[in-house]
Amino acid sequence: MPAEAHTERGPGLRRAQGDDGDRIEAFGDWTLLHAITLADQVERTGSRAARLDFRGITRLDASGALLLERLTERRGQTARDAGLPERWQRVFEAVDQACDDRPADDPPDEPAWRQVLERIGRATVEIATSTRELFGFLGLTLHRLVRTLLQPKRLRLTSVVHHIEQTGLDAVPLLILLAALVGAVIAFLGATVLADFGAELFVVDLVAFAFAREFGVLLTAILLAGRTASAFCAQIGMMKSREEIDAIRILGLDTVEVLVLPRLIALLIALPLLTFLATLAGLFGGLVVSVVSLDINLSLYIERVEQTLTLRQYLIGMIKAPIFALVIALIGCLEGLRVSGTAQSVGEHTTTAVVRSITMVIVIDALAAIYFMEIGW
Amino acid sequence: MSGGEPVIRVRGLVNRFGADLVHDGLDLDVPRGEILGVVGGSGTGKSVLMRSILGLRRPTGGRIEVFGERLDDPEIAQQRMARRAGVLFQDGALFSSLSVIENVELPMRTQYPDLPRQLRRDLARSKIQLTGLPDSACAKMPSELSGGMRKRVALARSLALEPELLFLDEPTAGLDPIGAAEFDRLLRTLQQALELTVFLITHDLDTLYAICDRIAVLADHRVLANASLDEVERLDHPWVRDYFQGPRARAAHPKR
Repeated sequence: MPAEAHTERGPGLRRAQGDDGDRIEAFGDWTLLHAITLADQVERTGSRAARLDFRGITRLDASGALLLERLTERRGQTARDAGLPERWQRVFEAVDQACDDRPADDPPDEPAWRQVLERIGRATVEIATSTRELFGFLGLTLHRLVRTLLQPKRLRLTSVVHHIEQTGLDAVPLLILLAALVGAVIAFLGATVLADFGAELFVVDLVAFAFAREFGVLLTAILLAGRTASAFCAQIGMMKSREEIDAIRILGLDTVEVLVLPRLIALLIALPLLTFLATLAGLFGGLVVSVVSLDINLSLYIERVEQTLTLRQYLIGMIKAPIFALVIALIGCLEGLRVSGTAQSVGEHTTTAVVRSITMVIVIDALAAIYFMEIGW
Repeated sequence: MSGGEPVIRVRGLVNRFGADLVHDGLDLDVPRGEILGVVGGSGTGKSVLMRSILGLRRPTGGRIEVFGERLDDPEIAQQRMARRAGVLFQDGALFSSLSVIENVELPMRTQYPDLPRQLRRDLARSKIQLTGLPDSACAKMPSELSGGMRKRVALARSLALEPELLFLDEPTAGLDPIGAAEFDRLLRTLQQALELTVFLITHDLDTLYAICDRIAVLADHRVLANASLDEVERLDHPWVRDYFQGPRARAAHPKR
């Protein structure tokens, strides 16, 4: 069959019968644009023995060259023998030399149940090691804290004050707003349930108990876990990735003393103060609802709070504040120190810091609630 | 290989950031099949020029033609350029959440969504091999690679769509001298094999001497010269003199 008989425009392969037996002719633009059809046609010729003829190729790019190379490779012929136009020799040779076109042997996918097991295993090991690290870090920090208390000159007062401002003072407006709203919601909730028993007055007890024992400190801790743990982690993480931490070490300074202690001490001071504010704000929220929609007037509300709220209730809430402060500061700083290099790593560890500290705060709070219940407080 | 219409033709380009004038009536031709080295002091707007041509930035004034088409609207420009031009950004700009081979596959996936998975993978793999990386690099994440390898992956990604035009922003910055020389050689080989037109921003005198066919000097808000290295070197302009006759230039020049 003479080659001229074909007039189609698209590129491709065709069989032709020459004087010297079977021929496979490649023609047209062998480019990425036509890669799908070309790859198809190359596959269809299989490894049938035939002489290759590349004289009809009008354009060739690296993708096309890869497909041509499949043809030559299987038949042990070279593109030069096949009459590839001189203009395209260079592309072909570059691809021919650089690429070995064995079909990529992707490792077969593990069965799903093994992948699940693997992920569970990895997560378990990760949790175990990071818990160990956290306790190690706790020990280290406490050691430095005691050393600093024995030699108060070592304390970086400016840094502490700066962090109190950032973590404490700057959080006040948001915290007060949130606590007041939650106080109002609890009052409404109590009113809905207690109204059926004609016991609206006990709404005051509910709000007072809830905020003194639990919500004052819990709201504060959750807010600071989101706001401050992330900030600590990002600050220290950026310093780590810019090698500032290494510079601190080279100067003979102690990382924990310079970076962690001021933040920890600041939080130990700020969190109890904020807890106090949150408790007041929550009581205020309850007060507004009581006065506006429950017919409990101001003096009755205050009197009732005075009667029910004992110092013990207040201390049960307050005693948790320093513990939460310790957890938030430690996790935030530790995650920051675990950052490695890239900006992405800073983001990942910041997320981890927030998730871990919120989880820890709620778990500790739950354990404390059970404990105080059991000892009958 | 040159001759015929220039691939890029810039006329009267003006770029202004607030009160800062970066380009003022800048003209530039980039002939087909050549490596054009773009040099200039910091702040002379080399990257801004590249971003304008690519359509990443709308110029304040002037006209840009690429492949004989006017590209005034950045959105249209980006569409047109996506298939015909490859870009190697300064730090590689590899997507850190994708593996090396997925990075190279991504342009094909977006521009040729019909490509079967296996073929796309084979083509991506051949690009990675073309840039001289071992097969074992394919499955790695960008963060696991050295700076030089990341540059090579970025180059492979910029070649994924078989562009005719390649933009390189300081390709050898941050590489050691040996790695930089290897990268220069690789660029030259690929440019010749794939018949690429290359727009190359660089500070590296070795690169200029080793692979550029032509140098464009940016100074005083415009292109001061666009000519062969010999001609540019003889130019009587304070910046050009300092640049080509400073101690580093003398060390890099092969003849001296």
